[in-house]
Amino acid sequence: MALVLTEEQRLLQDTAKNFLESNAPVGALRKLRDDHDPLGYSPDLWRQMAEMGWASIILPEAYGGLDFGFLGLGVVLEESGRTLAASPLFASGVLGASTIILGGSEEQKQTLLPAIAGGELTLALALEESNHHRPTHINTTATVQGDEVVLNGSKCFVLDGHSADQLIVVARTSGAERDSEGLTLVLVDRTADGVTCQRTILMDSRNAADIQFANVTVPAGNIIGQIDQGWAVLEPVLDRGRVAIAAEMMGIALEAFDRTSEYLKEREQFGAVIGTFQALQHRSAHIQSEIELCRSVLLQALSTVDDAPSELPLLASLAKTRLNELVKLVTNEAVQMHGGIGVTDELDIGFFLKRARVTMQILGDSGYHKDRYATLCGY
Amino acid sequence: MEDLEQFRLETREWLEANCPESQRQPMQREEQYWGGRRGKFPSEDAKVWFERMRDKGWTAPEWPTQYGGGGLTPQQGRILKEEMKRINARTPVYGIGIWMLGPAVLEYGNEEQKQKHIRAIVNGETRWAQGYSEPGAGSDLASLQCKAEDKGDHFLVNGSKIWTTAADKCDWIFCLVRTDPDVKKQEGISFLLIDMDDPGVSTSPIPLISGESEFCQTFFDNVKVPKENLVGELNKGWSVAKALLVHERKLMAELGSDSPRPILVPNAAARLYLEFEDGKIADPRLRSDLVDYDMRMQAVALTHFRTFEEKAAGIRSAAALVMKYVGTEAEKTKSELLLAIMGSRGLGWEGDAFTDQEIDTARLWAMSKAMTIAGGSSEIQLNLIAKNVLELPQS
Ligand SMILES: Cc1cc2nc3c(=O)[nH]c(=O)nc-3n(C[C@H](O)[C@H](O)[C@H](O)COP(=O)(O)OP(=O)(O)OC[C@H]3O[C@@H](n4cnc5c(N)ncnc54)[C@H](O)[C@@H]3O)c2cc1C
Repeated sequence: MALVLTEEQRLLQDTAKNFLESNAPVGALRKLRDDHDPLGYSPDLWRQMAEMGWASIILPEAYGGLDFGFLGLGVVLEESGRTLAASPLFASGVLGASTIILGGSEEQKQTLLPAIAGGELTLALALEESNHHRPTHINTTATVQGDEVVLNGSKCFVLDGHSADQLIVVARTSGAERDSEGLTLVLVDRTADGVTCQRTILMDSRNAADIQFANVTVPAGNIIGQIDQGWAVLEPVLDRGRVAIAAEMMGIALEAFDRTSEYLKEREQFGAVIGTFQALQHRSAHIQSEIELCRSVLLQALSTVDDAPSELPLLASLAKTRLNELVKLVTNEAVQMHGGIGVTDELDIGFFLKRARVTMQILGDSGYHKDRYATLCGY
Repeated sequence: MEDLEQFRLETREWLEANCPESQRQPMQREEQYWGGRRGKFPSEDAKVWFERMRDKGWTAPEWPTQYGGGGLTPQQGRILKEEMKRINARTPVYGIGIWMLGPAVLEYGNEEQKQKHIRAIVNGETRWAQGYSEPGAGSDLASLQCKAEDKGDHFLVNGSKIWTTAADKCDWIFCLVRTDPDVKKQEGISFLLIDMDDPGVSTSPIPLISGESEFCQTFFDNVKVPKENLVGELNKGWSVAKALLVHERKLMAELGSDSPRPILVPNAAARLYLEFEDGKIADPRLRSDLVDYDMRMQAVALTHFRTFEEKAAGIRSAAALVMKYVGTEAEKTKSELLLAIMGSRGLGWEGDAFTDQEIDTARLWAMSKAMTIAGGSSEIQLNLIAKNVLELPQS
């Protein structure tokens, strides 16, 4: 287990930082929002990211990947959190790719992974069916008929769902609504007959969709993994996703906090810079302490993905909860410590505040993960 | 790496062969051995165990062998700790000498001081007290007034120190004294070692809310201290003082994770004192508080580990600077949580109606209040983080 980055990982982090600062600053997201961009991200940026290998970091070399591990992915996601870069990296490069890596047949891996790595193919995970993350509460059905599968149901909060080429649909093939048994993962073309996709406009100006499936028929060969046994693939995929989004959240917190610290050194009131006021110093120092704890948790969780998968559920729930709490604290304080200008649209801080709230709901809020952690601990 | 594995195997074997069975059992507070002239071993086994460890230099495993230490690298030191923990081996000797003074003397002391004092600490011959705080100088430590006048061949010390932990049981005390009253307060302080048997030194114990008398007021009335007892340069004692505080804060940050006694942890207490329904703690608020605490402690433990790795990799760590605050606040949270979990069973103070562990828990709860005050209060830690990590402007 590594709680300190290697030289190579730090180099990658520097590269990512430089690239994103010049090519995907917060202003780029602001522009996508103001232009009502139909795609919601820049295909050109995504192509460049893929060229730099970011979509292949966690992919095995055999399928065109770099096999550079989750810590490597983590530093890139953290930097993309700092600039709020909009891209399908999380939806496709983490959730999509991990599903294929962990559950795909040899043939699916051969055809899909190199295309994901190259950025030519994007996937999205169609999972949620209600306003809270409940990964086993699945009512969408998949019925096997001969060598075809028919899907019916509806999904919400599908990240990058409106732009993905293909959807990984979590559907029920047997069992009752809340069972983890009886789930099946099915690959569906987003433009297939019977798929209705509606982009939802969320506060973070990023991309999510509500999607309906009405008698959508695909070949049985589109099933990923075993029928009824989707949970065995889905759970580790979700845990990887939780750790990955936690890395992005770390970047959000760090950037919002850095900007605030700078402001504390600059803004004057009562004839002094406001950073001299102890009330603000203590709250800042407390945030710094929380950041240090979260940093250790995040590093451990990222290395657990590669080094100790059996401990991943506990670490993923720990990381997601701690980072949920961190981004909430930091973004609220960031707004408050900026005073009036903090609540203006002109200042970028609001973008961090809003993205933070969306990430807090992605793959489980603190209530969900605290319950899971307690259960894993036997109480 | 291979060498480290080899070291682990050898250490494990040595501990197996040398640590008496009785020294692998949880210990009561009275069984701790603190060394010094007044130190008493609680048992023959404790003495044997201490002597074996001492002879290997493992009472201070990472100090240089030329002064009696174990000469281990930090990595080896960590392995020794882990292996001792694995068999629940007791710490053979406790003391401020090992935790705080030793590292400071190794850094700032001269050769004679190292030969004399470091060796005596390793051998458990001296028990040390810390003479920093004064009635008028707590958080604002540098305003201290206890003075040492230069009388040619010795210093003449007058004044008093307060909150000196266990001063009535110690042989020596290291003191911050004012040697120049006419300069900026930090620049007129020196670091002196004082033999507590010297004429003019006296102590008076002060009882605490935990019911014990852990600390004293210590008085100095025309105490003659030889010049050779000055550590570092005259009037440069503040640097020594700060270096020592770093060790003190590190120790306090880790206190909770390294307890000598079979203290109750909240997770275990929940199983003893709470109702469960369908495998879950029935009270949702306590369950939620417990999971918050467990998550925080896992984060704290990982961060301790990270500071260690960063140190080994030569990285200057901001994490180390937050740990006194984080660790001691977590200790307080833990004690409050234990009381909440135990309900009225957590209120026992003495007598037969409660188990020793229950009474211990209540008293530790009282003691935990001191942790965020001693060694620089939480407020002072936050000031330091704001200044040294965040580099916020100072008024
Ligand atoms: C169990 C225990 C053991 C101890 N052992 C020793 C020992 O062996 N040797 C020794 O020398 N000392 C010892 N101390 C003393 C300890 O170092 C002091 O108590 C501590 O530094 C605080 O000083 P004070 O008690 O004078 O409190 P004060 O400094 O009077 O503080 C009172 C309150 O004011 C706050 N405050 C003070 N200054 C500021 C500021 N600038 N900004 C914001 N808030 C501030 C404090 O945080 C605290 O809440 C021990 C203390 C305890 C509790």
